[in-house]
Amino acid sequence: MIGIEHYVVVSSILFVLGVLGIFLNRKNIIVILMAIELILLAVNINLVAFSAFLHDLTGQVFAMFVLTVAAGEAAIGLAILVQYFRGRGTIAVDDVNRMKG
Amino acid sequence: MIHVIAFYLFAVLVIASGAFTILARNPVHSVLWLILAFFNGAGLMVLLGAEFIAMLLVIVYVGAVAVLFLFVVMMLDIDFAELRAGFMKNFPLGIAIALVLLAELVLGVGAYQAGGLQLGVPNGAAATPAGVSNIAAIGALMYGRYLFLFETAGLILLVAMVGAIVLTHRERKDTRPQDVAKQNARRPWEATVNMRPEVGKGVEL
Repeated sequence: MIGIEHYVVVSSILFVLGVLGIFLNRKNIIVILMAIELILLAVNINLVAFSAFLHDLTGQVFAMFVLTVAAGEAAIGLAILVQYFRGRGTIAVDDVNRMKG
Repeated sequence: MIHVIAFYLFAVLVIASGAFTILARNPVHSVLWLILAFFNGAGLMVLLGAEFIAMLLVIVYVGAVAVLFLFVVMMLDIDFAELRAGFMKNFPLGIAIALVLLAELVLGVGAYQAGGLQLGVPNGAAATPAGVSNIAAIGALMYGRYLFLFETAGLILLVAMVGAIVLTHRERKDTRPQDVAKQNARRPWEATVNMRPEVGKGVEL
């Protein structure tokens, strides 16, 4: 029988894959954004699994809000990326130091 | 039995496609693997009885976010080989950090299974009522108890939309766009001249 632990393990593996993706593709911001999407997918699976096993729908409503924020974040991130590419002609993010921050 | 098979199918596929997403050489392939990962994540959610979130995942992520990624990847002329230069250099550190994180998470799951912590018991206020579908129950919850949060989510999307437009919109100086107001304000007597030229002579404009 599939219990909550199975879902938690799957979502933690997915979460770790997302973090690993951020580390491996440090220069390619597009893949970094995709890795963030993977992390948010892991979080959503976790929320929905707990919601289903505890018979409480709040987790699913919260997963929808996570989805909303993820969509907004992807849109804004890609807009910043396009704008940056127009100015610099590259998207290598490890030499983004124009603002000297 | 079919439940177990379906779970392992979706779980293996979602993890494999997540791994290929971060390992693929070509970002277009990454996006396609990401789409597969989302489909299988949606499958996992359907197995849990959360159809609404699963369909939302397919519509929002596959229909909007992944297509947005595809557009950006394909429209920008990027040398991806150069961006991949540090891949092998970061590999040991990345694997080490990932293993530490995974060990921590598995430790947490193990501790939870050992029964050390007592999770809170839901008070039943947000439970699915008997005989009501998942979508109807979520709808009642979202338009009732979480109405203001729902509207805040809409506001967040509005701000994101305005922000994306403001960031990417640019006024182009080298084109001459149509000015409808100017066209409508134009009158015939401003634009035309009535002349009676003599025979054999041209019109001087």
